[in-house]
Amino acid sequence: MLAIDDHDLGTPERKSGANSGAMVTLEIDGRGVTVAPGTSVMRAAALAGAAIPKLCATDSLEPFGSCRLCLIEIDGRKGFPASCTTPAEAGMKIRTRSERLTHLRRNVMELYMSDHPLDPFECKAGGRCELHEMAKVVGLTQVRYAAGGRTHHDLPADASNPYFTFDPARCIVCSRCVRACDDVQGTFALTIEGRGFDSQMTAGQHERYIDSECVSCGACVQACPTDALMEKTVLAAGQADRAVVTTCGYCGVGCSFKAELRGDEVVRMVPNKDGLPNHGHSCVKGRFAWGYAIHPDRVRRPMIRKTISDPWREVGWDEALGYAASELKRVQAKYGRGALGGITSSRCTNEEAYLVQKLVRAAFGNNNVDTCARVCHSPTGYGLKTAFGTPAGTQDFDSVLEADVILVIGANPTEGHPVFASIMKRRLRNGARLIVADPRAIDLVRMPHVAADYFLQLTPGTNVALFNALAHVIVTEGLADEKFIAARCDPREFGIWRKFIVEPRNSPEAAEQVTGVAAEKIRGAARLYARGPNSAIYYGLGVTEHSHGSTAVLAMANLAMVTGNLGRPGVGVNPLRGQNNVQGSNDVGSFPHELTGYRHVSDPVLRAEFEHEWGVTLDPEPGLRIPNMFDAALDGSFMGIYIEGEDIAQSDPNSQHVAAALGAMEIVIVHDIFLNETAKYAHVFLPGSSFLEKNGTFTNAERRISPVRKVMAPLAGKEDWEVTCALSNALGYPMNYAHPSAIMDEIARLTPTFAGVSYAKLDRLGSIQWPCNDAAPEGTAVMHTGQFVRGKGRFMLSEYVATDERTSARYPLILTTGRILSQYNVGTQTRRTRNVVWHAEDRLEIHPHDAEQRGLRDGDWVEVASRAGAIALRATITERVAPGVVYTTFHYPESGANVVTTENSDWATNCPEYKVTAVQVMPTTRRPERLPPDRVIAAANPGGGR
Amino acid sequence: MSAATIYVPGDSGALSMGAEAVAAAIAREARRRGLDLRIVRNGSRGLYWLEPLVEVATARGRVAYGPVAAADVPSLFAAEFLTGGDHPLALGPTEEIDYLKRQQRLTFARVGIVDPRSLDDYLAHGGYRGLGRAIELGGGQIVEAITASNLRGRGGAAFPAGIKWKTTLDQPATPKYVVCNADEGDSGTFSDRMIMEGDPFVLIEGMTIAALAVGAASGYIYLRSEYPDALGALNHAIGAARARRYLGASVCGSGRPFDITVRVGAGAYICGEETAMLESLEGRRGMIRFKPPLPAIAGLFGHPTVVNNVITLASVPVILDRGAKFYNEYGLGRSRGTLPLQLAGNVKRPGLVEIAFGLTLRELIEDYGGGTASGRPLRAVQVGGPLGAYFPGAMLDLAIDYEALAGAGGLLGHGGVVVFDDTVDLARMARYAMEFCALESCGKCTPCRIGSTRGVEVIDRIIAGRDRGANAALLRDLCDTMAAGSLCALGGLTPLPVLSALKHFPRDFGLESEPADAAARS
Repeated sequence: MLAIDDHDLGTPERKSGANSGAMVTLEIDGRGVTVAPGTSVMRAAALAGAAIPKLCATDSLEPFGSCRLCLIEIDGRKGFPASCTTPAEAGMKIRTRSERLTHLRRNVMELYMSDHPLDPFECKAGGRCELHEMAKVVGLTQVRYAAGGRTHHDLPADASNPYFTFDPARCIVCSRCVRACDDVQGTFALTIEGRGFDSQMTAGQHERYIDSECVSCGACVQACPTDALMEKTVLAAGQADRAVVTTCGYCGVGCSFKAELRGDEVVRMVPNKDGLPNHGHSCVKGRFAWGYAIHPDRVRRPMIRKTISDPWREVGWDEALGYAASELKRVQAKYGRGALGGITSSRCTNEEAYLVQKLVRAAFGNNNVDTCARVCHSPTGYGLKTAFGTPAGTQDFDSVLEADVILVIGANPTEGHPVFASIMKRRLRNGARLIVADPRAIDLVRMPHVAADYFLQLTPGTNVALFNALAHVIVTEGLADEKFIAARCDPREFGIWRKFIVEPRNSPEAAEQVTGVAAEKIRGAARLYARGPNSAIYYGLGVTEHSHGSTAVLAMANLAMVTGNLGRPGVGVNPLRGQNNVQGSNDVGSFPHELTGYRHVSDPVLRAEFEHEWGVTLDPEPGLRIPNMFDAALDGSFMGIYIEGEDIAQSDPNSQHVAAALGAMEIVIVHDIFLNETAKYAHVFLPGSSFLEKNGTFTNAERRISPVRKVMAPLAGKEDWEVTCALSNALGYPMNYAHPSAIMDEIARLTPTFAGVSYAKLDRLGSIQWPCNDAAPEGTAVMHTGQFVRGKGRFMLSEYVATDERTSARYPLILTTGRILSQYNVGTQTRRTRNVVWHAEDRLEIHPHDAEQRGLRDGDWVEVASRAGAIALRATITERVAPGVVYTTFHYPESGANVVTTENSDWATNCPEYKVTAVQVMPTTRRPERLPPDRVIAAANPGGGR
Repeated sequence: MSAATIYVPGDSGALSMGAEAVAAAIAREARRRGLDLRIVRNGSRGLYWLEPLVEVATARGRVAYGPVAAADVPSLFAAEFLTGGDHPLALGPTEEIDYLKRQQRLTFARVGIVDPRSLDDYLAHGGYRGLGRAIELGGGQIVEAITASNLRGRGGAAFPAGIKWKTTLDQPATPKYVVCNADEGDSGTFSDRMIMEGDPFVLIEGMTIAALAVGAASGYIYLRSEYPDALGALNHAIGAARARRYLGASVCGSGRPFDITVRVGAGAYICGEETAMLESLEGRRGMIRFKPPLPAIAGLFGHPTVVNNVITLASVPVILDRGAKFYNEYGLGRSRGTLPLQLAGNVKRPGLVEIAFGLTLRELIEDYGGGTASGRPLRAVQVGGPLGAYFPGAMLDLAIDYEALAGAGGLLGHGGVVVFDDTVDLARMARYAMEFCALESCGKCTPCRIGSTRGVEVIDRIIAGRDRGANAALLRDLCDTMAAGSLCALGGLTPLPVLSALKHFPRDFGLESEPADAAARS
């Protein structure tokens, strides 16, 4: 079912461009209409206001021509061509209405209805079934075919998917679902089985949906014109009566959604066709896994307690905030101004993150503010700012559609960034070449209609050696883009770098010894990347979460500069951000050393601007980073913290160390939607609001600021930004905003790259990619086009330095970590949805060779022990990982993957080295204290339905 | 004395009549008699009522015996058939057999004569002269020659081959492909099979010329799975042509590459429709693609592709060899050249008749076919396969010509003609047409997917006598919707047999009485 307010033009837009020829003017029902070449007559007619009846056509899919409702007459031509498959031609004279056409369309509709209940009241799609709508449009009132003919009415429905049902009796075999699965999602899970009248949509090889390759992205459900594929929430709650456009709260793709409501109740989330990051596509999380927002575990009242061994006591907002403020003041009085700090999450809105850093800097009076980006993409900020001048990805997502060679490094887009992965896969199916560098054979290496030309299966921790070797080949084989380098980069630094990179220790042959990747493969991949002509790098935490994460980002920047792959569509260095607002929370000054827009706090002129706006004197010294806060807590100098939306006890490395630090503090305020792991150490718990309950903005991985709109009232009565304001006011520092738009106005006033951003403009444009200012009033899709933001691009030496974390006889394997599609980060949200059906426990992937040596069978319990700690998991034996490497996800706190990770971190940014831990794996009889998978599934859905 | 040469067809039609046993019996008998014999497994002459038709090379040319059973072999030897001796099965010199003598075999010039496994034999009978000429001419002029010959697609649509080739030639995109549609699925047709089994080189030569014409480097033959003998013959011939550089990196040293791959279908009638065939060739379900784009512009793997039927391509070498004018002189009106007609059904002398357009149905059925096999009066003829119209006996004077048949509410299709005597029930045949459509529908478009099933049900009600008038009106309306609304010719043409049956034979449907002259004249 299309979105409630969808205006479907039938076939996709065709862009008029330099290569596509002149615009085409034709006449439809006597009206002239001008369209881009290649536009279908159907779309042209819809644009001209003469919508033609249709069923198999929808403008998110290429035309198919099967339903035969959209037949038209063309002057001078025989027959009745389908308007969806007929391209508009100059001078065409089209009739979309005639007695003959009406008769034909009615007869076609009669055939449909001879196998479908004619009564629209029987339709579960309510008034929104396209089939019944079209029956009305063509004026079908009766079916002449006598009862007793063949039908599909008795086929059983498939309700196996937790979120939607498929009822073949209601299916009209238009293939919209199949085409959506193939062309939009790129999973190819659905097909039409049988021929002729027996044609039937089926998942997999005539499997139930849940048993098929289906990834539950929801594209088929959205594409379905009838009630054959329906969200269970709609079946339960009924049709929506309104929609609110907002932005998904999961990953850094930042999909635009329409939250459809019936009254005040969310009925479903439908991807927004006008949303520029996702173009109407979605993944299982954003589309379906929003039920956590109304989960019974949601805390609805503030709570306080004297000590962490006391039980929680529910109190009113005033009491909680008053207690929190008095404790913060007490600690500061006792231990000094620097004893307090705050941590925000990349889950918070820009406005919330901005307020927390303002609270710390203006009300706490220090710069002890940090954000969880510390533990994921801080090296991205550092590296890209150093090399190019802007700590952000260089492209928009659609840029990938113009890439000829795609280099995916340390990212698993189909699991972590599924909607962007679908766009990328579409480009790969259309001929782009693919290089994957990853310790693990991610799905992109080989999946339906996608295969990597080069899979560089490197040893974890050796990224820099690989990147240097790629650059070595490019420089030594004369593949460098000398013209680009001369025009755009600093020549002195390039000269130094060139000398460095051609040294034999950076050769592929040397890298082979370190990375385990054959030199010839490195050479082949380097040549492919250099040949382009448009080569684009996409990377994730597999690059940043290392002791050399910043070096690796610099090395990638070098690769892009040396081949001239910057400053135009189709190229670039693109971080795939893990969380919805990693980019934004960094942009708005969440790091201890930077004010908004990545400007150093030591700059007196800059500080003066903020001091003027905020009416306080600011500390010129950078504050503590997250790991420093923990150390200082154990030293007794950092004793109070306000944590908004971040579960540091679970997601930060070396959990025992974090727990000890939290335990040492005197006032821990946790502001979250659930009682998370960190709340175990908290004295004040402030119930947060989910992304459905507040106004604000998120900024995705392509620097796109998108509006988050309040869809329902906050369960605990306050939006998060209101809570921070109230806390500040309780502390005596006034914060009074009428609406988050006023907070954004303040950010815009103080931040040159945001100068042109306002809620009014966001409402008008839908979203804005920063920089947005007088020079780029509607934002910037591709950065560094004429020149780099910093002026000349900067080649930095990227010496490979091996991590201190080494394998040994005691810890012979390397553990690396990753994600899975159905779960999100530490699972706080997704584990409270039916997504647990797909992933109810974290498992350890181990190569058959290593399993054999240890006498392991698939599913056996193993102990994974590192120098830091030990955990128990069940093993999955798979060749996805190389011998010597083991892998796990970290979605379940009970499995405690971060118990084993070490305290090693990036030299420049302290980003933890999550991706490399030396471990031993041994069979064990130990069982962690946790629910078995079936109980996990049951616990995730106490209310059922969602 | 040199070894005698005996011809026992390896054509699968002949094989189905016992040719294998006959060949074995001849070899056995020769051994027993200590005779040195060379047995050539030629294609069929197309005189199927005489199969297995054994020929002997004699001083006065090839003489024929048939139909020969294995049990007849000793008596043939006894009658000294190796030197053309007389025998009850003796038919005299093959070329003098009236049925054959009166034909104009251009495309089938070598079928039944040559050894299909021998490239030398092909060359000895004028093979590859057309390619030689084509290499001299080059792309544009080859296309001009084909255009000037007025060759139209023999698969059924009768689209001018020259225009199609020109379209592909003019496309800038590369690579380009030549695809031969050998999914000969129409009931009562077998000319493609006879060419592929009896003279595979002529098809290979035709495809090679097409490739030179449009600039294609690879070709595919999409062969129906029911033709295993043709598969063997084609692959052997492709191998032989490759070995002698008629295919490969430089065709005949021209510097132009071309090679051919045979792909075998999976039994779907719909894959004879060119776009479904392309889907199938690409490894997908055989589903109809909408047009435009035409395959000539965006065909196989989205690239410019010439798609032609076997007979179309097999007619190309003779046009290049003997000139467009020579070919164009045959025929009638806009239907130029010759057409291999395939006569089948209830007919005394079924077989292949290649002749210039313009013959009447009556001449074909009576003069060649000898009337019904049952001896009962002819009542109906279906021309053009399962999607062709049923004509009553009264219409046998129709000329076999694309336009004439279309004008009479039918089509010529692939040239199959199936004869029925007066025991036929045309209501059942109409039902069968809908049933066939329902069975073979790809399921993509609604009129065909649902309409064909409803069509069967409606005809069943008519036959059962339920509400005949209303149901007949509904059937006509349904046929109109299928004809006007279907995506391809399967749904679009199924109304032809149904409506022609309803029109010419209403009595079979229990409707008004049959027009007096419908059956009278046959």
